[in-house]
Amino acid sequence: MNVIILGCGRVGSTIARQLAQDQHNVTIIDITSDAFRRLGPKFTGKKIIGNGTDQYVLKRAGIERADAFLALTQGDNTNIMAAQIAREVFNISKVTTRIYDPIRAEAYREIGIETLCTTTLAAGLLRASIIGDDQYAESVSLLNTLGRS
Amino acid sequence: MYVIVVGAGKIGYYLSKRLSEEGHEIVLMEKDRRRAALLAEELGEIVMQGDGCEVALMSEAGFGRADVIVAVTGDDEDNLVICQMAKRQFSVPRTVARVNDPANETLFQKLGIDTTVSSTSLIFNLIDQQIEPGQVIPLGALKKGNIEIVAVTVSDRSPVLGKKIADLPLPKDALVISIVRGQNAQLPQADTKFESGDSVVALVSASSEHELHSIFAEK
Repeated sequence: MNVIILGCGRVGSTIARQLAQDQHNVTIIDITSDAFRRLGPKFTGKKIIGNGTDQYVLKRAGIERADAFLALTQGDNTNIMAAQIAREVFNISKVTTRIYDPIRAEAYREIGIETLCTTTLAAGLLRASIIGDDQYAESVSLLNTLGRS
Repeated sequence: MYVIVVGAGKIGYYLSKRLSEEGHEIVLMEKDRRRAALLAEELGEIVMQGDGCEVALMSEAGFGRADVIVAVTGDDEDNLVICQMAKRQFSVPRTVARVNDPANETLFQKLGIDTTVSSTSLIFNLIDQQIEPGQVIPLGALKKGNIEIVAVTVSDRSPVLGKKIADLPLPKDALVISIVRGQNAQLPQADTKFESGDSVVALVSASSEHELHSIFAEK
């Protein structure tokens, strides 16, 4: 699969390494070259420096041939805009974005953008952890398995 | 009208001042505390400190009863989200976004923003106009239509010199609406003759823009 990842932070770099290891064609975009250090020396994917809401940068990253696009920068609005460009301009069918603000995550989910609100997700898990919800242990173990595979 | 301006840079500042002088009700939102405090000293309570992308603050600023939202921050992604959230969560009738990267103008329109303004494109068009007489300069586009408002300058070697409008082989979907001669804009008549230095303002469908250009350009 051709995957483009926007944002080489902790989450972006982790997914990029995993997907590259699984023989997917990964291109990762970040605004600073420093961020790419997180990928380590063995990373085989492509690294592009630039602004992920700039259509020329996305084209340079090969978005026209991408099967999936992940928007994972620190900025909610950057992720929202990049995701809409990927979907509306380049017709990428699999577009997922991480959004911290639960309200924005909900609003854009309703217009059909797949959003993952890590705030709501973490809050829910943490709440379950102290209340002693039965599903908690199960959810954590499932998430850990998903994250490692 | 009740207008909320988000982003108190130079554009947001002068725009808010101008609008409130004209008697409109204004709120100017600025994320940066120091900038907001500084402007509040001069402009008073119309300045509100806060992130214009946060729904709770949008609500507090009165997005629900605003007639127009103008997003003029320096970041295109913020301007996009402010306008989209204003439409979606608060059903604001009219949204205007500043676009820094001209490539985003068509994208923003596609994504539901009513009006976009790009100072980059405006300045580019002005420079373009200075260096290439006879070129068709886009001044604006009619919303959702394929019709553009364009200007073209008549050079001293243009084939239309001395000709009447009625004699030009204008495409069917082009209409000359004004001739700017010196400091005066005139409403053209069928027998108005073109002079060197005239700036001709026309409505034209995008597909005929090239044909219009070839009528005015030097041979």
